Amino acid sequence: MSGWIKVCALDEIAPQGSRVVASSQGDIALFRTADDRVFGLHDKCPHKGGPLSQGIVHGDTVTCPLHGFKIGLKDGEAVAPDKGCARRFEVKLDGGAVWLQLT
Amino acid sequence: MPYSVVPRMWGGLTTPAELRTIADVAEKYQVPTVKMTGGARIDLLGIRKEDLPKVWADLGAAGMVSGHAYGKSIRTVKTCVGAEHCRFGTQRSMAMGVKLERMLFGMGAPHKVKLAVSGCPRNCAEAGIKDIGVIGVDSGYELYVAGNGGIKTEVAQFLCKVKSDEEVMEYSGAFLQLYREEGYYLERTCHYVARVGLDHVKAAVVNDPLKRKELYERLMFALQDYEDPWQAAVAKPAVRREYEIIKIKELTAEVMP
Repeated sequence: MSGWIKVCALDEIAPQGSRVVASSQGDIALFRTADDRVFGLHDKCPHKGGPLSQGIVHGDTVTCPLHGFKIGLKDGEAVAPDKGCARRFEVKLDGGAVWLQLT
Repeated sequence: MPYSVVPRMWGGLTTPAELRTIADVAEKYQVPTVKMTGGARIDLLGIRKEDLPKVWADLGAAGMVSGHAYGKSIRTVKTCVGAEHCRFGTQRSMAMGVKLERMLFGMGAPHKVKLAVSGCPRNCAEAGIKDIGVIGVDSGYELYVAGNGGIKTEVAQFLCKVKSDEEVMEYSGAFLQLYREEGYYLERTCHYVARVGLDHVKAAVVNDPLKRKELYERLMFALQDYEDPWQAAVAKPAVRREYEIIKIKELTAEVMP
């Protein structure tokens, strides 16, 4: 299990909110759902590059603030009928902290 | 993705100290665009998200508050110079406009609400296309409602004439509270009045003094203790933190073996 980096404590991300991580692979949006699951997506909507981190998180989805594309947090895929995919990053919780895999 | 910050400029009036603060903030945070808005205030555009709490703190320290520039809320009260400085002015429109904007600060609504006060019927404040337009005449003010300068321009409709500044505030507050209570989300006042009819509005706001007073007082009750959202955000560390980007130093971060 290589490449896991500790990013922050879980409670540094608001529920149904996100924090942005600046990494060598671009900005990564870390999302926390209402039930405390965490996900990571490239902070760039597949539509026109909008900041997914500024979107509204609902269930397992985030809605891009620019044009309303709904992106699944689990897979980065836009919800039909919209098409496109945001790059996913592996994120997990361990010991109350959020870990990000950068390989 | 940058942000815009628009401090409130009551009635479109400012001071050298406020302008100096805005200029200092624009330089300190390297704001690329400084623009006058249609609502007679200054917009600082292109601010980075991480700088927002600091910009708000600096403006707040100088006594400035949120302009609610994108809110489903009161936006601005435009004014013309009026009787204080204009030979045609019949009423002191600047003072009336400032009173209205201070009264309505923080008011949420089904959609944006824009007001204007002109000191005479030449209407330099463009009150004729506002949600509430106030036009000074010799014996008081004419009130117009349900105008719209937007996608489909609508001329505001004459509501009634009143004599005093206090009546302008009571009638305006009553109309806006009626709209807040009965309007659908995203319905501008022009759509609301088209739906319910101007006579319905007059029945509540003009012809029934008791109902008008009750509506006005419900609005005043709702607005008391309103907290400027900038100060609220700056004061709470948990909120401030959400604006900070996490920078990982990948070579020195704690890693899972």
